[in-house]
Amino acid sequence: MGRRRAPSQGRRWRLGAVAVLSLALTAACGGPGSDSSSDAAPSSAAGGASGGATSTVGAASATPSCGTAPVTMSGYFETGFPLPKALTDEFTKQFPNVTWDIREDQFAVITQNAPRTLADNAPDLMRLPQMSELAKDKLLLDLDDYAKAFGWDQWPASQLEQLRVSDDGSRGSGPLYANGLNFSMTGIFYNKKLAAQIGMTEAPKTLADFDALLGKAKAAGITPIAQFNGGATGGFAFPLQNLMAAYGPAGPINDWIFNKQGATIDTDTNKQAAQHLQGWIKSGYFAKDVNSMDYAAMMSRFIGGKSLFIFDGDWESGNLDKQMAGNVGFFLMPPVQAGGKQAAMSAPLTYGIGAKAKHPDCAAFFLNWVATNDKARTIDVEVGGSHPMGPADAFMPPVKEGTVTAATLEAGAKIGQDNGAMDFIANATGAIYAKSWTPNLQKMVGGQQTGDGMLAAVQKDYQSQLKR
Amino acid sequence: MSSQTQQAGGAAPTTASAPAPRRRRRGGRARWTGWLFVAPALLVYAVFVLRPMVVSVQYSLYDWDGVGASTYVGLKNYSRLFTDSVLSHSILNAFKLIVFFSAVPVLLGLLIATSIRAIAASRLAVVARTVLFLPQVIPLVAAGIVWSWLLSSTGFVNQVLGWVGLGGVTRAWLGDFTFALPAVGVIGAWVLLGLCTLLLLAGMTKIDPSLYEAARLDGAGAVREFVSITLPALRQEIGVCVTVTVIAALASFDIIYISTQGGPGNSSMVPGLEIFYLAFTERQVGQASALGVALMLLVLACVLPVQWLTKERDE
Repeated sequence: MGRRRAPSQGRRWRLGAVAVLSLALTAACGGPGSDSSSDAAPSSAAGGASGGATSTVGAASATPSCGTAPVTMSGYFETGFPLPKALTDEFTKQFPNVTWDIREDQFAVITQNAPRTLADNAPDLMRLPQMSELAKDKLLLDLDDYAKAFGWDQWPASQLEQLRVSDDGSRGSGPLYANGLNFSMTGIFYNKKLAAQIGMTEAPKTLADFDALLGKAKAAGITPIAQFNGGATGGFAFPLQNLMAAYGPAGPINDWIFNKQGATIDTDTNKQAAQHLQGWIKSGYFAKDVNSMDYAAMMSRFIGGKSLFIFDGDWESGNLDKQMAGNVGFFLMPPVQAGGKQAAMSAPLTYGIGAKAKHPDCAAFFLNWVATNDKARTIDVEVGGSHPMGPADAFMPPVKEGTVTAATLEAGAKIGQDNGAMDFIANATGAIYAKSWTPNLQKMVGGQQTGDGMLAAVQKDYQSQLKR
Repeated sequence: MSSQTQQAGGAAPTTASAPAPRRRRRGGRARWTGWLFVAPALLVYAVFVLRPMVVSVQYSLYDWDGVGASTYVGLKNYSRLFTDSVLSHSILNAFKLIVFFSAVPVLLGLLIATSIRAIAASRLAVVARTVLFLPQVIPLVAAGIVWSWLLSSTGFVNQVLGWVGLGGVTRAWLGDFTFALPAVGVIGAWVLLGLCTLLLLAGMTKIDPSLYEAARLDGAGAVREFVSITLPALRQEIGVCVTVTVIAALASFDIIYISTQGGPGNSSMVPGLEIFYLAFTERQVGQASALGVALMLLVLACVLPVQWLTKERDE
């Protein structure tokens, strides 16, 4: 008996342990993301999307709004930028029934969190990273009905083009999945005092003029360009894309960023641009330690008067007008031939509504308010430093003459005339910036990569990331 | 089951005269009750430790972006570890880090512990111990930030090099292709040196002083004492140090994330960081899981022999 009972007891506790373990491990059945409740994002998100659409359709007769009952809107914003907070504060002033519950994170963290946040706990309004994968996974609300209700479809089409994602994940056409708080643009800021030292009195007219200025600065012992290129964010993508804009048309670059079939970044004009950048590196026009310099270090060097130029965006205009009042200028990348068309990286400050958001109507109403309310547009320019979204003839706040904000807004108008707005080459896929542009640009600085080699390598990564 | 337990309990008095079976039954019952006590902890362990491990193995067999539908791909994610140069390069970097994270702290720790032992009674030893252990109480992220400043182009390290006439070798250490990984290694060595020193010092206190006395009477010098007495006696402690530091090297993440983020140009990329990028930036949860599983096996393959080699074999 003893003999028989002993093994049965052993079996019993073994059974217990197995039961506990199997209970803990049951979730490991079936493919991930297919059926279990926690992973049911696609189907429920789709449901959320249609739900949102229904509420919009329902509201089509009466324009969607925040209503009059108290509403707490949840927001997920980028930290370090005062614009969205300033806008939501003003919105609450005008619509006291709406209060905001805002979570802030760095952009890199938002990029990493976006899919899970939108799947599990979708905010009403969210700062979005590159969004084609999010739209493909049905995590974002289709805003087309709102666009119709509010008349966004009457705005210049190029403003919202970058925010349209078609079913195959390519951008530029298809349903609208986000809107912008404003649209920012990049170019070159310069320190006026240092510029005067090398006899620079006006913005260069051609790329050759710009090259000459870089050479003069170097000869005068001034660091020509401080550009961040450390960590996982290669800031050399800024001068590179500006050079691409100088050498070739913006269209093919946008096609590539929007994942159009057959698009390539490895073109002849882009090769010229990359070789030109390589030339700048070899000539020592960048600070020596660019590969360990982060964005904050670049800004502090420029503001501290330790470099003549930086390639950056107009989101810094307000800040630079404060910190370097009267001592900072801005110009767009000059063309190769004098008088040629100009292009620049210019993208909406992208905000979307979660497919499962609780108050999609109010979020859409807010986005419309940002683009159309005079007070909001003033905040956009004064706090955000960039051009507001909205109709071409909409109200523009007066800007003080001689400020860099005035210069960037003027440059924005030039880009509009030349139809030269491009999205950022780092936005082509979710991983292309950190995993392809950045390492390759850093290698170029270290002399381990050529301009041509970089474009070929990035194109290869692009195709593998898009599974083409 | 409970009725069976009662039956077993009920049967006990009748077999009271037979000591052997009773011991077995009591032992069995105690064991069963023991498992009841352990069950809550086991459940927590199973849910939060074992389940993620099993799920990782499962994910590693799929191509999955973390949200949408997944596709079964078998061992393809594992084979990519050998064919993708970035992934295999990151594993190689982890092994290079062992030199800094493990060899340097253990060897230097032995040297320092021996020196401190010699001045054990003085106040200086206490100060030295405290100072050396200090990096251990600083969060790794803070250590990474401070060292990023120290190693920057205008940082303290370059200033010192300039003062001693070595201005020619100054550079942005963390942004240099050749030196980024060793620079990160130095940070790791700095963090782990204190732990190793303290562990080894603790081990030294249990060595019988009469052994040293006898050796000295036999005419042994400091080196002979160290090789013949200290080193063999510290086998277990050295084993612990090597185990902990090798794991820290192979699974390193925070220091590198803060100081270089794997750059420049992937030159300081390690598997821990690569898993993070794969899962959260590239949204390849399957590939990230495969690298995670491979990393776990790699850690075990490195650590188990160390454990075996340094095991006490008195019996």
